[in-house]
Amino acid sequence: MAHVMKCSQCGATAVINMPQHRLKLCAEHLVPWVAKMVQKAIERYELFTPDERILVAVSGGKDSLALWDILEQLGYQTEGLHIHLGIDDEGYSDASLAKTAAFAQERGLLLHVVNVREIYGQSIVEVARGRRGGRTCAVCGLVKRHIMNEMAHEDGYDAIATGHNLDDEAAVLLMNTLHWERRFLSKQGPLLPSIHPRLARKVKPLVLLYERETAAYAIVRGIDYVMQECPYAVGASSIRAKGILNQLERHSPGTKVQFYLGFLRAREDGWLPSDRGLDGSVAACPRCGQPTTADGLCAFCRLWEGVR
Amino acid sequence: MSEATIRYHDRTWQMRSGMTVRDAMKKLELDPQTVLAVRNKKLVNEETLLEPGDEIRLVNVISGG
Repeated sequence: MAHVMKCSQCGATAVINMPQHRLKLCAEHLVPWVAKMVQKAIERYELFTPDERILVAVSGGKDSLALWDILEQLGYQTEGLHIHLGIDDEGYSDASLAKTAAFAQERGLLLHVVNVREIYGQSIVEVARGRRGGRTCAVCGLVKRHIMNEMAHEDGYDAIATGHNLDDEAAVLLMNTLHWERRFLSKQGPLLPSIHPRLARKVKPLVLLYERETAAYAIVRGIDYVMQECPYAVGASSIRAKGILNQLERHSPGTKVQFYLGFLRAREDGWLPSDRGLDGSVAACPRCGQPTTADGLCAFCRLWEGVR
Repeated sequence: MSEATIRYHDRTWQMRSGMTVRDAMKKLELDPQTVLAVRNKKLVNEETLLEPGDEIRLVNVISGG
């Protein structure tokens, strides 16, 4: 006979078991626990303060919508930014925008929407296809970073918050370690400070939470998020890395959190160099004004050469 | 009806009532680390017993990016 899994705090039926914390929680106690973990990350890594204006990058997925919901509950000053990437496969981008807009409208939150195809003339898929060796995921990252920095600079936000969780970070760390990507290892973390007036501070308030916990939070809070995976993320190396880490986690609960937080502590203790600066000399891109280490146009403006 | 319906992505399976959600996940070769179970829009834990007529949706929690 199966036993009833009970909430460690009140004895009601638990909805989630988190063996790495030796904690089982019911729906009622999960919500404040998740918010507490986010507040802990904000304070521990000095991500931002209640006086600052935060631009939350919202894709329509569980993590970013949960993040926006939590930051609002905690009383931070937030506005959302959704970037419509023009991924038409399976109606992905339209569905993502619809879920994000509905979330914001239901809660009376301010959402800014940037439509890549309308502004730049092509979707990220189309512009990647037109480039030799252009991979959609790399182009997507480049375009999103540029738009987020531009908006944060023009509208005076203090930081850009993204929904990266501990699984995302641990997967990237695993890949960076396997390839000894020293430059990335020196920078990866919950806080990327602003090292130039045109580059906003980037923060990841969900870094103390497993992906499973943010998903559970989203379900318990009734957040209607996009469940379909980005068609271009299928088979992504980050998903394979997550699979490997979850196998280890199953046999040894806490492996992921120890791996990631141990890395951050090791770097703080000087085991790894901590590099927050830009590589090489920096100049303003003659077209968009954002800093670049390239001679001439920045990578973003070069991408759109011949399109606009 | 002595079976429960399990949905995952666009597929459905009939499973014997009395087994646990964890048993159902194992039968589908799913890692309980990577899926959550939802019944009537409510999250349920993996020790939950399947009741006759239950409709359980398994939600993938792993995303790329």
